[in-house]
Formats: sequence, C-alpha cells, structure tokens
Amino acid sequence: MLNRKKDPAVALRRPVLKRLWGDRASYFFMLPYLSIFVVFTMLPVLVSFLLSFTYFNVLQMPRFVGFQNYIKLFTQDEIFLIAIKNTFYLALVTGPAGYLLSLTVAWLINELNPKLRAFTTLIFYAPSISGNVFMIWGVMFSGDSHGYLNGLLLNMGVIKTSIQFTNNPKYIMPLVMGVSLWLSLGAGFLSFIAGLQGIDRQYYEAAAIDGIRNRWQELWFVTLPLMKEQLMFGAVMSITGAFGIGGVVSALVGFPSTGYAAHTIMHHLEDYGGIRFEMGYASAIATFLFAIMMLSNHAVKKQLSKIGR
Amino acid sequence: MRARGRRLFNRSLGGNMLIYSFLMLLGVIMVLPMVYAVSSAFKPLNEMWIFPPRFFVQNPTGDNFSSLFGALGESYVPFTRYLFNTVCISVIGTAGHVVISSLCAYPLAKHRFIGSKVIFHMIVMSLMFTSVATGLANYLILSKLGWIDSYLAILIPGFGGSLGLYLMKQFMESNVPDSILESARIDGAAEWRIFWRIVMPIVKPAWLTLIIFSFNGFWSMGGNAYIYNENLKTLNYAISQIVSGGLARAGAGAAASVLMMIPPILIFVITQSNIVETMASSGMKE
Repeated sequence: MLNRKKDPAVALRRPVLKRLWGDRASYFFMLPYLSIFVVFTMLPVLVSFLLSFTYFNVLQMPRFVGFQNYIKLFTQDEIFLIAIKNTFYLALVTGPAGYLLSLTVAWLINELNPKLRAFTTLIFYAPSISGNVFMIWGVMFSGDSHGYLNGLLLNMGVIKTSIQFTNNPKYIMPLVMGVSLWLSLGAGFLSFIAGLQGIDRQYYEAAAIDGIRNRWQELWFVTLPLMKEQLMFGAVMSITGAFGIGGVVSALVGFPSTGYAAHTIMHHLEDYGGIRFEMGYASAIATFLFAIMMLSNHAVKKQLSKIGR
Repeated sequence: MRARGRRLFNRSLGGNMLIYSFLMLLGVIMVLPMVYAVSSAFKPLNEMWIFPPRFFVQNPTGDNFSSLFGALGESYVPFTRYLFNTVCISVIGTAGHVVISSLCAYPLAKHRFIGSKVIFHMIVMSLMFTSVATGLANYLILSKLGWIDSYLAILIPGFGGSLGLYLMKQFMESNVPDSILESARIDGAAEWRIFWRIVMPIVKPAWLTLIIFSFNGFWSMGGNAYIYNENLKTLNYAISQIVSGGLARAGAGAAASVLMMIPPILIFVITQSNIVETMASSGMKE
C-alpha cells in the first residue's frame, strides 16, 4: 500500500530502507522531473549562492571573499539602497493590489454563464498573452507631442508644453505601477478561475440552507476556504512578480531610469551581472532578493491561514 | 456541477448590476491596447506619426503585412524554418512540461514518503531565485552536456519548470479526494493507472490552464544565449530583428505583434471551451 496517511504510526516504525523500497512507485513518478530539476534548477541556484561569497569576473577563477559582497551592498552601494526602496515601494503596492484584482475579477467572472465567462477571461488575460503590446502604454504616455495623452492635453489647451511622463521622476513611479497592475492578471488569475470552477455547487446550496446570507459571507466562509491551494499559488506568483519587477520598467522608462527613480533590485542585478560581469556581487544581490521573497511568502502564508475564520 | 443552469443562491439584482458595470469598465481598459495594436497594424505609415495622434485607423491598408512578409522573405533563413522551430519548441515543450510535472506532482500531493515535504519546499523556493543570476551556471551545464546549439538546451530545462509542478500539485491536493484513490487501490488498480484514469481527468482544468501559459511562454521565447545556429532560431527572434530596423519598420512591427498573438489566443479559446465542457459533463467528486 502506498498511502501511508491511513496509519502513520505503523509506517514510521518500519526501517528506512524498507520504507524507501515500499514507496518506489512514488519515486519512480518523480524521477524524470527531479533529475531535470536538480541539474537545471537546483545546481545553478546553489552555484549562484556560493558565488555570492566570492569575487568573480568570469575571466579569472572565483576568489573567496567571505561576506564582503554583502557588506559592500549595504554600506557602500548607495544606488542599491535606492533600489531596495523602489522595489519595496513597487512591490507593496502592485503585489497586493494585483493579487486582489486577480481574485476579485476571477470571482466576478465566475458568476457569468460559461460562454460569456470564457470570453471575459480572455479579455482580462489578454495583456499577458500579448507579448510586448504593453509598450503601447509607452506610446500613450510618450513625452513628445505624439504621445496620446500629451497630444490630447495639448489639443484641448490644458497644457502648453508636453509633460515628460517617462522622464520626470514624479510621474515615473505611478506610470510603472499602473502598467504592472495592468499586466498582473496572469498565471495566478488563471489558476483562480480554474479553482473557482472546480468548486462543487452543492457546497453553496448547503451553505444557503445553513444560513449564509449574502455573497460576501459566501465568499469568506465557503469559496475562499475551498480554494486555499490556488490562493497560495497565486500569492507566490504575485510575490515573485512584484519583487522581480524590472523588464517592464526598462522598456517603459529606460534603463537606467532618470535619477534612478524606478531603479529596482532586478535592475541592479542586471547591471552587475549582465553589464559589469561582477558575478559574485550579482549573486549576492540575487540571494538578497531571494531572502526578501521567502520572508514575504512566509508572511502571506500566515495571513492566508486566517481565511474562513 | 449538474446544477449549472439553476439559479444562484444569495444574489441580488443591484449587486449584479454593480458587478457587471465594474467588469465592463475594467474590461475596456484591459482590452484597449489590444484594439490599438490591431488598429495600428492596418495604419499606413503616414498615419502612424500624425499630429494629433489618432487612436483608430482612418484609411486601413494591408501594406504592413506585405512589408512584414517581404522582410521575412528576404532573410537568410527561410521564414518557414523559423516558424517550424517555434511550433516544434512550443508543442513539444508544452506537452513535455505538462506530463512530466504532473507525474511528479501526483506523489507530492497524494503520497507520503521520505523527503516529500523537503522536495516540494525546494521546488517552491526555486521559484523565488531569479533566473538572471543562474544564467551563467546554466550555460556551463548545457555546454558540458554538449547541448548548446540544439533544441535540447531549450526543451529539457523547460520540461522541469517549477511553475507547472506547483500548479498541478496544488490542484491535485485540493480537488482529488483521497477516498476515490483508496477505493481504486482496493479494486486493485496500479498507481500508474490511477494517475492516468482518475487523477488526471479530475484535474483537467488545471492542466488545460497549464497548457495555456506554458504554450504562451515557449511561443514568445526570443533569442537566447544557448542557440547560435541561425537555422534553429525562433520566429519571435526573427521578428524582433526585423522590427529593430527602425522607424520604417514600425508598421511591420505592429503587424507582427498582431500575428504573433493569434496562436496563443487560439490555444486559449480551445482549452477554455474544454474546461467548460468538463465542468458541464462530469458529476465527479464523490
């Protein structure tokens, strides 16, 4: 018998080798995935982590420097401190907002009839499908008079000279946040949709009989507890997306952005890893980013466990 | 799910109206850039740069598309080769990723064995380590294996993506009841059979969803550091080369982004309509 959930006490008393052999089917199922995972994910991550304690310029052999990279990051690298501030600012706004938006839209769409629902899902998922169409926001907010918003405002006589939306630090952050939000209905959103559709209607019927009064109560006490696994998945997607923000920003406002107004940790990583080839330093940045994401994941997990209570 | 047609409980007309108008408004914002992209694809070159800028095309023309295909026809490698590469990578990559990660997700979600928790945690953690920092190590590993300049360099690492496994595991955990597995085992079904005949049909919405974003990811893959042979490069790479040809190619670029959107949308429509069908026809779940 493979399933040991029935009687764990008995299972635990058996010797380790016997248990491994007894579970051989499980290991066999995982073999293809895990061999790829170990070679192409775990090993590179481990290498990168170890490199973070070295000086490595790709040409010479890595030289062990202990915690020097980390110390330099926090004591000498002023731009990195700006990057941390920007990343947190962006992530704390777009992460939760994008997550709630995904969940709200998925929940509302779920009420529609099947045909209309598929169509609406497509509309909301469209930004994620569309590759680089988000650059259209760049055109809309372009700093010259050919930018749509500037053209419109100039024509109506609201402004005399065009506003530098993509260069003026005052406008860069809101612009980047808006576009990130627009792009945030991705994998998490689709998993919410699929999760909601997997909930048996019987639960709602039972809940209505048990005295659930309105759709809010239904959401909190029935729907959300039944899709906890999907909520967790969506949260990880939001966290990695929000803290890993970088490419979209560069495409919209350039890299580096004016006065580092939208310089994120990812940009800093790109700078040292992809341009200066200081791989040890870049690895230290990546490890720090990883630590942030792990901590936020832990915090979110705690919050999610309160659902339905 | 049998009760799909019956009325919903706990709903009010006012609430519904509010919800629909909210969705409409938001939907317009989401879809606006798409409309613009399609409209731009049909703009003649002189309309792209007029002042004041116009959102909709005035004199639609197919010039952009013919200029795109003209440029693709002049390339050193025939356009069909790029298309073939991209279709191959997208189809094989998606199929392999879905099967391999589902196989691994099943024991992680439904069996308990030595190492199951540790393995799962490591996979989720790996999602949070950015691939920018691991590129160098990946390159070294691929070159040691001799896979540089072959499909393998893209496909095999793609099979082992963490995202798909995580999604499948979460759905199997919440949607597949232990009692069904238990009774199948009592009936003498082998794990292999249980996986294909019971688990996978129940989590059909999950793998249909996974197909959507896995295909989308492979399809939009551009040039990368592992492929140098022009004959093996992707359509997206070829198009980005054409578009980088400056202002004169802006029209062709607009046409290309519209054409490149079509296959992912088709996949989306096919899989979504399948999800709806599964839901309507199955009375699964205990």
